[in-house]
Amino acid sequence: MKTLMLGNEAVARGLYEAGCSFVSSYPGTPSTEITECVAKYEEVYAEWAPNEKVALESAFGASLRGVRSFCAMKHVGLNVAADPLFTISYTGVNAGLIIGVADDAGMHSSQNEQDSRHYARAAKIPMLEPSDSAEALAFAKLAYELSEQFDTAVLMKMCTRVSHSQSVVETGERTLPEPKKYEKNPAKYIMMPAYAKKKHPMVEERTRALTAWAETAEINRIEDGSDQSVGIITSSTCYQYVKEAYGDTYPVLKLGMIWPLPEQKIRDFAKTVAKLVVVEELDGFIENHCRNLGLSVSGKDMFTEIGELAQNMVKEKLGGAVQAGEPLSEEIPARPPVMCAGCPHRSLFYVLKKLNLTVLGDIGCYTLGAVAPLNAIDTTICMGASVSGLHGFVKSGDEESAGKTVAVIGDSTFIHSGVTGLINIAYNESDSTVIILDNSITGMTGHQQNPTTGYNLKGDPCTKIDLESLCHAVGIKRVKVVDPYDMETCQAVIKEELAAKEPSVIISRRPCALLKYVKHPGPICSDPEKCKGCKACMNIGCPAISMVDGKAVIDETLCVGCGVCGQLCKFGALSTE
Amino acid sequence: METKNMMIVGVGGQGTLLASKLLGRLLLTKGFDVKVSEVHGMSQRGGSVVTYVRWGEKVFSPIIDKGQADCILSFELLEAARYTEFLKPGGRIIVNSQQINPMPVIAGAAAYPENLVEKMSALDAEVDAFDALTLAEEAGSSKAVNLVLMGRLSRHFDFTKEEWMDAIEHSVPPKFLEMNKKAFESGRND
Repeated sequence: MKTLMLGNEAVARGLYEAGCSFVSSYPGTPSTEITECVAKYEEVYAEWAPNEKVALESAFGASLRGVRSFCAMKHVGLNVAADPLFTISYTGVNAGLIIGVADDAGMHSSQNEQDSRHYARAAKIPMLEPSDSAEALAFAKLAYELSEQFDTAVLMKMCTRVSHSQSVVETGERTLPEPKKYEKNPAKYIMMPAYAKKKHPMVEERTRALTAWAETAEINRIEDGSDQSVGIITSSTCYQYVKEAYGDTYPVLKLGMIWPLPEQKIRDFAKTVAKLVVVEELDGFIENHCRNLGLSVSGKDMFTEIGELAQNMVKEKLGGAVQAGEPLSEEIPARPPVMCAGCPHRSLFYVLKKLNLTVLGDIGCYTLGAVAPLNAIDTTICMGASVSGLHGFVKSGDEESAGKTVAVIGDSTFIHSGVTGLINIAYNESDSTVIILDNSITGMTGHQQNPTTGYNLKGDPCTKIDLESLCHAVGIKRVKVVDPYDMETCQAVIKEELAAKEPSVIISRRPCALLKYVKHPGPICSDPEKCKGCKACMNIGCPAISMVDGKAVIDETLCVGCGVCGQLCKFGALSTE
Repeated sequence: METKNMMIVGVGGQGTLLASKLLGRLLLTKGFDVKVSEVHGMSQRGGSVVTYVRWGEKVFSPIIDKGQADCILSFELLEAARYTEFLKPGGRIIVNSQQINPMPVIAGAAAYPENLVEKMSALDAEVDAFDALTLAEEAGSSKAVNLVLMGRLSRHFDFTKEEWMDAIEHSVPPKFLEMNKKAFESGRND
């Protein structure tokens, strides 16, 4: 049946059709929907793991046991999973194992735009790269065949435009391969030096065998062009931009496998064209490979390594003309994302700002606490970095700076990699104050369950990790719970814990305002008689409040009635009555 | 046929994704090659959102570049103004005249530009600006702005009303079907 599918949904369909039976992932834009979609197939066991390392190791365990398995993550998640990745390269697999990784060129929702292709080369693991949904489905099935034929995990590289674009796919039936038997095999699976030394040459040999496969693989195809003055090597979404800009004008070598790369095929292609050009996003990965082959090639001298490419840029850089559009001469104000009306993080950040604290931040919706008017966050690095960073900051400063510095981290991020930093705080005894922003969901990526919510990926009730007990168990004696909507209490507790000469954790607990089960009291009423136009309520950056003719006005379609603005109004102009 | 390009723009949370899903489905059933591109994640938090819908015999790029859109369907006035550069000369702008202040305007750091409909009409563009919010509220919910806009858009397609209704039935929950159909009709006939 022909249907429109998101690239991520098509990967999920390919996994399903190939008989994948085990999926373990950590959510991360733009990879999240692969796992959400595959979880809808009853035949596939699918779960959210606490982080990407756990996800990959669990998927490896399933492969070891003999079933086809999968894990998904965003590009920065692969950094977390890099440790098992490099050694799974040595062990190889039992049943097929695919690692899905989605890059985010242009940083639509990421803290950097690292190019994951380097991991394939560094870990010596083959990487496939689809350019649309039909390929995403087909490549997922092919990846399992390669995985089992060459005894290797296979990386499946997505990017925002392939993950989040719908295109036409033809679906097929699920075929469940015979489960493989698990057999004890120390030389294959125990990577201590004696065995690993024997394994390494086999890994190099495997890459040579895969390179030979790449030379004739159908997914590395040459498309003829009418004009041999330029020949283009490309892959992924860039292939689509090239075809959009130039159709069948120039010959194209379209690569479906991005590591290992063919050698003879590229040399032969180069011979047929006057000028060789590589069109690829981010780093000059294919380009450098061509250079290593001694070929004269253009790439990053024409196309930027920063952000995304698009068809107009491809057209222009290769000498074509594009049609210009007409912008308004008017300055159009930006519309940046903001914390939602009723977001429990807002009031907590207001208190942190009021206390003039240094705030080490983390990855999640609450990163938006960094923007005006709250401006409450000092750093954002990676998952968990707030907690461990705070420890170093506090240990290296004086008592006064320790009393003016906190870390903020979400519930899901804390479980992901914040808890290890907290163990360090307890073990090495820094007077750190960590605030866990517990909104009872993984918010930023669109409401995924996590170990603290009491529900699993399939939506069934399950074991709920108790954050208070967890903090106590790792050695934190002072653990307080506050309601972020109650700003007075929040302020008092934060001051108290900052003053304490020992580690402490404050759990700021209130569910995300967008969760369906959260009941709201309804919009706040603003009283223009009482409003003095002091704008105190504007300091929390709530999208539901604006000043009209010098008076605070509530947008009733947005306001949920959290009442935080009312706590700021000294004149009683904002109330639920 | 030449590939057709439509941008659906608006503010995160306004229901632009449902509109592109509905349109994509309809175009596929009519035998076109279709690509629909969305950006998820950060843009959902009340930020500016863009969806690209492209259809034709064979569609390559999932995105629309500057100067390429045949039509911009905008859920909010400022968002239409933001993307005029993507419109082909002579292209069409269908825009809900509703104004939603972005944070810089709310915070007083910027002003919401005035007379945007007039300014857009002065470009080489066909501008159809109307109050979709009021029509949606009359149909039963301010959330039905997307269906009102789809109704307005439907005037420019050769598809029958039944084909549109069928696509709506496949794209909205049964509970809200009647209200959404009513919203669609009001946009189409207003």
